[in-house]
Amino acid sequence: MTSPEPMLRIARLSKRFGAFTALRDIELSIARGEFVCFLGPSGCGKTTLLRAIAGLDPQDEGVIELAGRDVSRAPPAERDFGIVFQSYALFPNLTIGDNIAYGLVNRGRPRAEIDRRVEELLALVGLPEQRRKYPVQLSGGQQQRVALARALATSPGLLLLDEPLSALDARVRIRLRDEIRGLQKRLGVTTIMVTHDQEEALAMADRIVVMNHGVIEQIGAPEEIYRQPATPFVADFVGHMTFLDAVSTGPRGVRIGGLELHVRETNAPAGAPVRLAMRPEEVRTRDLVEGEANVFRGRVGALAFLGAFCRARVEPVQSPGAAITADFSANAMRDLAIATGQERLFGLSEATLRVFPARAEPAAS
Amino acid sequence: MSAAAPVATRAGPVPSGPGARASTEARIGAALVWLLGAVLTLIIAAPLWMLLSKSVQSVDGAFVGLANFAVYATTPTLVAALLNSLFVASLSTAIVVPLAFVYAYALQRSCVPGKGVLYAAALLPIFAPSLLSALALVYVFGNQGFLKGALFGASLYGPVGIVIAESLYAFPHALLILTTALALADGRLYEAAEAMGTTRARIFRTVTLPGARYGLISAVFVVFTIVITDFGIPKVIGGQYAVLATDAYKQVVGQQNFPMGAVVGLLLLVPAVLAFFVDRSVRSRQVALLSARAVPYVAKPRRARDLAFGVAAYVIGAMIVATYTVAVWASFIKYWPYNLSLTLANYDFASFDASGWSPYFNSLKMAAASAVIGATFVFFGAYLIEKLKLAPFGRAFAQFLAMLPMAVPGLVLGLGYVFFYNATWNPLGVFYGSLAVLVVNTVAHFYTVAHITATTALGQIDPEFESVAASLKVPFWRHARRVTAPICLPAILDIGVYMFVNALTTVSAVIFLYGSESKLASIAIVHLDEAGAIASAAAMGAIVMATAIAVKLAHLAIDRALLGRLQAWRRR
Amino acid sequence: MKLRHAASLALGMGLAVFAGEALAQKTKVTIYTALENDQLGPFKASIEKAVPDAEVVWVRDSTGVITARFLAEKDNPRADMVMGLAASSLLLFEKAGLLETYEPKGASALKPAFRDGAAPYTWTGMDAFLGVVCFNTAEAGKAGAKAPASWQDLLQPALKDKIVMPHPASSGTGYLMVAGWLQSMGEEAGWKFMDGLHQNIAAYLHSGSAPCVQAARGERTVGLALDMRGASEKTKGAPIEVIIPKEGVGWEMEASAIVKGTKVGDVAKKIADWSTTKEANELYSKTYAIVALPGVVNNPPNYPTNAEAGMIKNDLGWMADNRDRVLKEWSRRYESKAAPKN
Repeated sequence: MTSPEPMLRIARLSKRFGAFTALRDIELSIARGEFVCFLGPSGCGKTTLLRAIAGLDPQDEGVIELAGRDVSRAPPAERDFGIVFQSYALFPNLTIGDNIAYGLVNRGRPRAEIDRRVEELLALVGLPEQRRKYPVQLSGGQQQRVALARALATSPGLLLLDEPLSALDARVRIRLRDEIRGLQKRLGVTTIMVTHDQEEALAMADRIVVMNHGVIEQIGAPEEIYRQPATPFVADFVGHMTFLDAVSTGPRGVRIGGLELHVRETNAPAGAPVRLAMRPEEVRTRDLVEGEANVFRGRVGALAFLGAFCRARVEPVQSPGAAITADFSANAMRDLAIATGQERLFGLSEATLRVFPARAEPAAS
Repeated sequence: MSAAAPVATRAGPVPSGPGARASTEARIGAALVWLLGAVLTLIIAAPLWMLLSKSVQSVDGAFVGLANFAVYATTPTLVAALLNSLFVASLSTAIVVPLAFVYAYALQRSCVPGKGVLYAAALLPIFAPSLLSALALVYVFGNQGFLKGALFGASLYGPVGIVIAESLYAFPHALLILTTALALADGRLYEAAEAMGTTRARIFRTVTLPGARYGLISAVFVVFTIVITDFGIPKVIGGQYAVLATDAYKQVVGQQNFPMGAVVGLLLLVPAVLAFFVDRSVRSRQVALLSARAVPYVAKPRRARDLAFGVAAYVIGAMIVATYTVAVWASFIKYWPYNLSLTLANYDFASFDASGWSPYFNSLKMAAASAVIGATFVFFGAYLIEKLKLAPFGRAFAQFLAMLPMAVPGLVLGLGYVFFYNATWNPLGVFYGSLAVLVVNTVAHFYTVAHITATTALGQIDPEFESVAASLKVPFWRHARRVTAPICLPAILDIGVYMFVNALTTVSAVIFLYGSESKLASIAIVHLDEAGAIASAAAMGAIVMATAIAVKLAHLAIDRALLGRLQAWRRR
Repeated sequence: MKLRHAASLALGMGLAVFAGEALAQKTKVTIYTALENDQLGPFKASIEKAVPDAEVVWVRDSTGVITARFLAEKDNPRADMVMGLAASSLLLFEKAGLLETYEPKGASALKPAFRDGAAPYTWTGMDAFLGVVCFNTAEAGKAGAKAPASWQDLLQPALKDKIVMPHPASSGTGYLMVAGWLQSMGEEAGWKFMDGLHQNIAAYLHSGSAPCVQAARGERTVGLALDMRGASEKTKGAPIEVIIPKEGVGWEMEASAIVKGTKVGDVAKKIADWSTTKEANELYSKTYAIVALPGVVNNPPNYPTNAEAGMIKNDLGWMADNRDRVLKEWSRRYESKAAPKN
């Protein structure tokens, strides 16, 4: 087993619910020790894929291999995973200790060994001394830690997390997300987490699998997903993105109304309609020289105060119809005294602009 | 466990079906699902099938097509019974549903004081055999009754008595439906209507009634079915007024004319089946009526309304309590109406009937066995159907059979049991007349409500529990015992008590089935009344009622203890 | 703790239901009977004392029900004996070949009328009962009805809807009264009388004693019923007279027999022997004034002194032979009219 054989390999996996195709031709490999997030809007098939991997809702077609073993049609109990759900799914009538020991007792281990393991796991998730309490006596975050300990108790090869943080409030969510990530690194357990929260995925995952309408849109490291979205969907779903209708002016240029911009590359022939995508935080307004490439004069429209930053609507003077969303830090707002109605210079760096084909085909919506 | 799983189909799409490869656990689960289906077939489907087939056979068992139905339609006495049944059922429904609506309105939409007392009073008839109300009426309105004059010379024995007694008996059933219907109301609708200055009458017509419409329809069918299939009341108080239920008894027990009994049974099945389907469609629409954002309506005190509904509800409640009080009082009277001194002699059942107190103890045994066996079987049946996603065809089949008894009146099921368990070819015939058959019949008779209770309780459990157990490689039977059953204990207890109380009070189903050593208290009441020992019959009824109420009170106490001390994990 | 105890108790009771049957060591003899409910206990005790290896299992219902049930089960009889059933029913069974031939020891000592007169010997009479009039004087006074000396007095308009009698198809007492009227008045006059009586009938009841009980309680004014019940109700303090109309009353005999093909024939024969003993007859006489064994006499208080004299000349054979025909005719005349009555 020294070969770089993946922990999980999925090939040609499809699943339908009646006429509805939930998953289509999924291909995916996950390496040992990797933390992978399935990210997508609700109904995109991410949970369905997770449940197929678990064997809880078997796929119609396709192969699932776990550590080189074909488990495509094995029932859940014959696979090797631990699972944590959004609802915690702690057995309310069992104590914390009994919940964690639930899978261990079944394996006929001696009582003392089970006790030792339970203590160890409780310490691991930061809940020592709580084993005699019942789930209702714990907070949501504590319950989810217990669920995590229970899933890890049998040392499974694969840890599946189905939106584990979604039911928690924001502060607990962020703390627990760091803890889970730390724990996963320490134990080296291969982990798949389903989430609809892009921030969570970006912060936790080694790799993100972005899904939409039952297909994988893109697989990549968080930065890759954020900076080089492969499709307009990914671009739009991960982070904030302004889309503008534009016309290609050659291999490295586009035009929006009267505004010409340089871009890294466009596959579209000159004159073809394209879509230009840019992130609000990449719109600069400091230290710009008029006349340089990708620097233009624009008018500041409506401003929305969002705490740490302000979101502004900017209309290029040369292309009054186009609305660009731009984020400015509180610092910038104060230093530059940006206000509605102002006209000033804005800049877009070539590397941050993405060009996508125009919405000719029926848009993915 | 499975280190070397065969990896034969590397190439090409895996032609796996919807299910996972069968593990031992899955095979056991699927086998249990099919076993459940088989048992339900034996206790529900087979007897009903026998009823259907008997109706197209001659007395000798030869196939005669619809000849029995033709005989029925051309026999004036039989047709008269059908018309009589329709008449009393319609009249009782017309009386009960509006009264129950007023009562439910008082409970749910007004600020009448003492709602707990009103509720308890209205539910009283549930704890007594149906014929106890009829026995009480003999003392009130009979030819020697102290309120005889209130009938203006009409005879109690016949439609008048049947309708009054059935109205009392069916009242709580209608009330339960209507209180539920009136409980579901969106307070915002009322606030919006009031904000627009709508009159109360118009609000009632445009908001209240449409909201309760489905409950009303449901109540109409339920009351109609209860009345038309009840046997005890017409038997005691019907006099010469023949109805379908007494006809079925006369045909089967009196004349041993099984085919004609089957025909009558099928006629009784019609309104019940109709009610079943109406109820189902009504239920599905009632759900859509209330949006998730609805805010429950809370009544605010209003003098005129509270006074009017309070008076109406207390009068109705008092009449119910008074009726059953009369029955209990009568059971202590020495010789009505000539010697009103009190005595315990009527409770010395042995001096009126050789079986003495034994029917009461038979009833206790039967009810306890039905409660224990019924609760266990129904719960695990519901678990197999609800929680195991195995054998989809078997599950659908079992689910269908589990819902079937709702549409089958006890009398009809009892007839089916006679035909099925009394058939000479049936090896299960050795149980005929034993308490075992009565237990099985009772469990089958009340299966659906128990099944729905269990299914609802199971549905409220996080569906991921099973997934977690599977991931931890805990087989479903261990999981059910360690987690699911303890969580559902209150529901299991509910089912047990429901079975117990109904087993104690049912007459219709078991009147055909009891044997010499398995005579039940409810049947003893029929016999005592038949022999003219009406005070003793009332005494037996009073004992049954007291037992049922005691069990219910014990249930409430245990439930409290269960939620409190024994299952501390339920408390935060 | 308590809960657990209760649960195990309940479970135990549940199991006991199924386990109980296996424990019996005595021979069970299933006896179909139409005896009154209150007779069954003492009868069982007496039989089991006389025949220690027997355990009596009663299946009790009214005469009509037991007769119909016995005939319906003729291919697969569940009864080992019949006892306390109308002799006319037993004659019917004898004719259908359903009864075992056996003459109990001591049968020869019985009054001749109580013995099976025709070979083969299958049934033995136990006692005789009469269909009499229970007349509630208190209620009659209110209604202005006069006490009936003759059957025809029952037709007086003051008694409209105030008379109850047993249903002849289900009650032996009911049939003996109908058969008695037809035999003593002649068929035509008998039916004419019943046509008139029907106008005054409030209900045809399921039992032979209930009509008198209802009359005794004042619920009805007149109950046509079993002789003995009238006497006992009067003794309990009911304001009733037990009247034997001057034309005489119909009567019927209760008898017992062994069912052909029973598996417990030996024990059944011992029980049949018991039925002719003095003990048995003394038991019969607690409920019936006229019993099979000469010399056993019990004249209960308030029993009409002219009863035995008032018995009509009754042909049990005629009653058996004409049972079907008479009941059909009765049903045709009165059941179709009975229903719409108020």
